[in-house]
Amino acid sequence: MDGMRLVDRLKGLRTPRFGEAHREGASTLEVSGLSVRYGARYALQDVSFDLGKGERVAVVGPNGAGKSTLFRVIAGVEQPSSGAVKVYGNQPGQHVCIAYLPQRSQVDWHFPVNVTEAVMMGRVGRIGYLHNPSTEDWRHVRQCLAVVGMSNLADRQIGELSGGQQQRMFIARALAQEADLMLMDEPLTGLDTPAQEEIFSILDELRQQQVTVLVATHDLNQAAERFDKIMLLNTRLLGFGSAEEIYTRDRLLQAYGGHLRLVETEDGVLVLSDICCDEDGN
Amino acid sequence: MAGVLDLILEPFSYAFMVRGLIAAVLVGVVCALVGSYVVLRGMAFFGDALAHAVLPGVAVGYLVGEGARGPLFWWALGTAVAASLGIGAIKRRTKFKEDTAIGIIFAGMFALGIALISSIRSYAVDLTHFLFGDVLGVSSADLWLTGISGGLVILTIIAFYKEFLVLSFDPILATTLRLPAQFFEYLLLVLIAVAIVVSLQTVGVALMVAMLVTPAATAYLLTRNLPRMMALAAAIAAASGVIGLYISFYVSVASGSAIVLTCTAIFLLVWGIQAFRQRSSSKA
Repeated sequence: MDGMRLVDRLKGLRTPRFGEAHREGASTLEVSGLSVRYGARYALQDVSFDLGKGERVAVVGPNGAGKSTLFRVIAGVEQPSSGAVKVYGNQPGQHVCIAYLPQRSQVDWHFPVNVTEAVMMGRVGRIGYLHNPSTEDWRHVRQCLAVVGMSNLADRQIGELSGGQQQRMFIARALAQEADLMLMDEPLTGLDTPAQEEIFSILDELRQQQVTVLVATHDLNQAAERFDKIMLLNTRLLGFGSAEEIYTRDRLLQAYGGHLRLVETEDGVLVLSDICCDEDGN
Repeated sequence: MAGVLDLILEPFSYAFMVRGLIAAVLVGVVCALVGSYVVLRGMAFFGDALAHAVLPGVAVGYLVGEGARGPLFWWALGTAVAASLGIGAIKRRTKFKEDTAIGIIFAGMFALGIALISSIRSYAVDLTHFLFGDVLGVSSADLWLTGISGGLVILTIIAFYKEFLVLSFDPILATTLRLPAQFFEYLLLVLIAVAIVVSLQTVGVALMVAMLVTPAATAYLLTRNLPRMMALAAAIAAASGVIGLYISFYVSVASGSAIVLTCTAIFLLVWGIQAFRQRSSSKA
């Protein structure tokens, strides 16, 4: 048949544009009665919460608490067994504005791409089929790299980056995707303090740009100090709010059982450390 | 000088050698491009299994087409696609890991192929051709079929380069970009299947996996840029095809094994030189 017309049609076929699936007045993220079940085992059970634009939330809980599963469902990678996830009033699958930043340990860092190429991947959906990145796309990617302070590393192989740089590259990729909602799976694990501070200053920038960020973390103190809200998760949602509301003895014991050191000081403050954690959050 | 030139030119005076050389280069390029993804995604065992699993399709195609290549090609391709879907189904529906699923399908299909071939006497002669290839038996019609289907594979890989790149590096990203990830996943399996089927006559099912992984792996040692890796892999595979056929012509070893051994030798050479350089640079 008409070969040229097919090529033209394919070129015109693009993924949904930014903002198209955003319903006026809807919450940035609305999770209601969400359950994910693998056979008889629940990974998540009856989780409900609501999130506003530009909020920065720490998602804490022991290994296997369902943090990664929650992110995967919000990203639309996995389907819930019951309940619903609405992003700006629509299903995740209708959005291109949700970015999932993988755990660094789950990435093949020997993959033969450099930083610019990896960040450009965030724009592949927008570039469209049978098109090459336009000058506008290249400019956008350079801008994203500047935001995360990696302009000088644009041509670096991804395997030669430090942990902090790898994480910032993923943030740049999420920016290239023009994400409104970023799901970061343990971005701070294994980073030294200066590298963590760099990430936090980028997170501050994201908050100013009204980007909503969910961060899975094991550091309960950091969660209390550096985030707007804390989500305490262990299959069920055990609490969602400020540190004062969430960090109660009962709730923490409910979440962590024996895997948490709780020290009650004279004025009733709890000193905590999550002693269960290793690299993998799931 | 004239002697060397004669040695180089002599094979070209035989039409079957010219056809064989063209086929070897074509197949090398197609396999190297597809193979780059096979290497990066760790699908070598899958590729090997798929190559073996086409044998019953080859046998039936041979019987149906009475030796003609057309039906054989389609039967082999259909069998390869069916085998990859079967592997996917076992992986999804059971608790087994993918390599177990691959093992079950691969051995079962290969055994079925051997059973079919051995039960019909007229096949016996050709069994070694299916297993180890017969690139010097390539006809002009075969060449056309190889050229068209190989060309389609190359075009597809170039056209959807960035989509395959995203899918291979980070499948979750592909999903959040709302690319049809499942479609491209299956498309890649089909491309691997086509590469295998067009290579059947050159190297045969038993040595097929070498064409997929060895040139791509050699190129991966040499560069960390994907388009360059693909181009290098294609060049190495094409050169191996030509060198292998010359060796086969003059030393009279089986053509498929000569091609694969050349690939392996180039890999070992590159790897050895790199290891030597790294050792001497770390000493200095």
